Amino acid sequence: ITDTEGVMVEKGGTLLKGLEISVAEAEKRTGKNAVSIQETYTVYLIETRAVDNVSEVANPTPDSLWRRYSEFEIFRNYLLVTYPFVVVPPLPEKRAEFVWHKLSADNMDPDFVERRRVGLENFLLRVASHPVLSNDKIFYSFLTQFFVLCLLFCVGFFEMKHYGDELQSVISQLLRVRARVADRLYGVYKVHGNYGRVFSEWSAIEKEMGDGLQSAGHHMDAYAASIDDILEEEEHYADQLKEYLFYTEALRAVCRKHELCQFELEMAAQDLISKKQQREELATGTVRTFSLKGMTSKLFGQETPEQRETKLKTLETQIEEGEEMVKERTAECDEFVKNAWEDIERFREQKDRDLKEALISYAIMQISMCKKGIQVWNNAKECFSKM
Amino acid sequence: MASCPCHWTSGKINPHHLHNYPLCHTMIDLPHAILLQGERSSLDLSLPNGNAVDTSSPASSSSLLNRLQLDDDLDGETRDLFVTVDDPKKHVSTMETYITYRVSTKTTRTEFDLPEYSVRRRYQDFDWLRSKLEDSQPTHLIPPLPEKFVMKGVVDRFSEEFVETRRKALDKFLKRVADHPVLSFNEHFNVFLSAKDLNKRQGLALLSKMGESVKYVTGGYKLRARPIEFAAMGEYLDIFTQKLGTIDRIAQRIIKEQSEYLVELREYSPVYSSWASSEEELQEPLDGVAACMANCCSGLEELTEEMSEDFLPVLREYILYVESMKNVLKKRDQVQAEYETKLEAVAFREDRKTPVPTDVEKCQDRVECFNADLKADWDRWQNNKRQDFRQLLTGMADKNIQYYEKCLAAWESLIPLLQDKQEARADTN
Repeated sequence: ITDTEGVMVEKGGTLLKGLEISVAEAEKRTGKNAVSIQETYTVYLIETRAVDNVSEVANPTPDSLWRRYSEFEIFRNYLLVTYPFVVVPPLPEKRAEFVWHKLSADNMDPDFVERRRVGLENFLLRVASHPVLSNDKIFYSFLTQFFVLCLLFCVGFFEMKHYGDELQSVISQLLRVRARVADRLYGVYKVHGNYGRVFSEWSAIEKEMGDGLQSAGHHMDAYAASIDDILEEEEHYADQLKEYLFYTEALRAVCRKHELCQFELEMAAQDLISKKQQREELATGTVRTFSLKGMTSKLFGQETPEQRETKLKTLETQIEEGEEMVKERTAECDEFVKNAWEDIERFREQKDRDLKEALISYAIMQISMCKKGIQVWNNAKECFSKM
Repeated sequence: MASCPCHWTSGKINPHHLHNYPLCHTMIDLPHAILLQGERSSLDLSLPNGNAVDTSSPASSSSLLNRLQLDDDLDGETRDLFVTVDDPKKHVSTMETYITYRVSTKTTRTEFDLPEYSVRRRYQDFDWLRSKLEDSQPTHLIPPLPEKFVMKGVVDRFSEEFVETRRKALDKFLKRVADHPVLSFNEHFNVFLSAKDLNKRQGLALLSKMGESVKYVTGGYKLRARPIEFAAMGEYLDIFTQKLGTIDRIAQRIIKEQSEYLVELREYSPVYSSWASSEEELQEPLDGVAACMANCCSGLEELTEEMSEDFLPVLREYILYVESMKNVLKKRDQVQAEYETKLEAVAFREDRKTPVPTDVEKCQDRVECFNADLKADWDRWQNNKRQDFRQLLTGMADKNIQYYEKCLAAWESLIPLLQDKQEARADTN
């Protein structure tokens, strides 16, 4: 039994029976990414060899394809989404975690790369031996074909768009809450300033209590005044949040571009398919699908062989052009997807870093505000105790 | 032992009173003017004229004075009367529902039959006591009670917070009376502390005091010149009550602003949690921030509650205190005015060479006694006020410090959670 790709697959068996899979090599590459910045990354060579069903001897020349770790990730995400009931095999660690020695914490470390290579091969072998996953069409394409990335990335881009929406919504809410909170906090601090004045007035009619009250009043004034700086500092945090709020717009734009690429590819592919169908109908004389032309030709008589010949020739040309178009669009899509995904990954990491920094500095700000509060009230307390 | 009509029993002597009546109380068993039992608590403060009084030896009076020094301080060592109000309980009867409080007394005073008492009293009993004290000791500053009337719809009279606030105020009231060298010996106070069933005693007390009349209802006399010190007291009280009112308003405003701040602050936590659920790396830090915010919110809630329950009631108590003090000052003015008027009337008759009539003398004594008592009470009140406000304001500072410390701890515990991951990342990149 062969499937449409011409691969020998036993019915009900796993891909492994007909295909030898390995992750043979790893190589360092440098290239320009989507924002034209040089970066270094590692690619892994996926080799596949069709095993002769009869002799069980592998073909001498393997098919091969270079893929990055992130492409494995995308593929695995696709599996997770498509087969939610399956315990999908894991990938080796993205980053060197659980390290026992600081030295092996570098992603470029040759030992780490080697261990990863083995891990990736292991992953592919496990998928290939899984009764359900191994039958996935995309899996085979992932091993052998270049263009399939586009499809895989659909899930990824969809998730990214959704994430962008979420992030925008949540940051907007945060900024709104922050504005209201700041307003109220301002009120609380400023009202304390009134204590300053009344303590001062009161101290005028007191003898022993006077000094204590008066100086406490000054501290209350200081407390009230301190809110201006505090809120000023908080603006910085708000700005950091705002930056990512605006970033989500850019993220959504990339996702939209991907949708457009996809759409254009699909249009070209569909056009090609319909042209191929028309050729088949003309060639075999069978009408598979209903068409007005078919009906009119039935009503008004069949075409002459010469007419048919001309038609066929036109179609052939169109099909050739169509196939070129599909190839072009596929290449465009692939190119876009690869670059975009790399950049989305980069953006994701940058976002995590930046926002964590922002949270840290926000926490530090809050700590400073609390310490100031403690100091002022301690000062006031000292004055009160001397009353 | 018989007591002087001024209610100074031996052992607790107002030095100012002694200054005016130096021969009084110099000897413990001096035969004072014999007064009828029924007139014991008479408000007529006339000195028994022409009474044979043994002159005290200088030694004994100075030793008495020495004792005075100690007694006047009234620190724990010399205190012989301890009163506490606690254990509020709800009573439900067919007619009404009300709260009673346990009033516990420990004393070595011989005025009391037993060394210990434990009785249950309700607010209206305290109210009874206060009016009795006001009536029987008009020359003294009687401490205030917490507000009597509570709007039924607005405040829950039986809520834990309300009952606790009231209990503290009632406890303060009794302690202030117990610490007072004159008021603490008042027989109504004694009855309040010791009688099993106050209602019955109230009835009896009413009967036996039939002869008693509020002799200080003088009125319509015009005051010539208020002595400087009492004028100063009046002015002080006017300004003081004004400032207290301002502080009360400020405190209320702060509580309101803080409550509104709390409402907004509460919005943070759910937003951070929701954000955390759509993140991977950032999930833990964001959840941490959400938890932190929640902690700060509960700290703020505590602060606001405490200010409401502990700070405001004490302020209001003092405002009531000042009100009643102003009334006492007015009474004093009236007493003085009566004396001056009567004295003037007598002066017109000077040429007839009549001796100073006794009622004018009585007036003079009343004035002098009133002034002395008031001065003594004023000094004591100033001292207590200073302590009370020192405690109150220090307490306010403490509550705020506690709030900030709680928030500080929450934010500080977040930092390592945030920084850990950051450092790990830096190493792998």
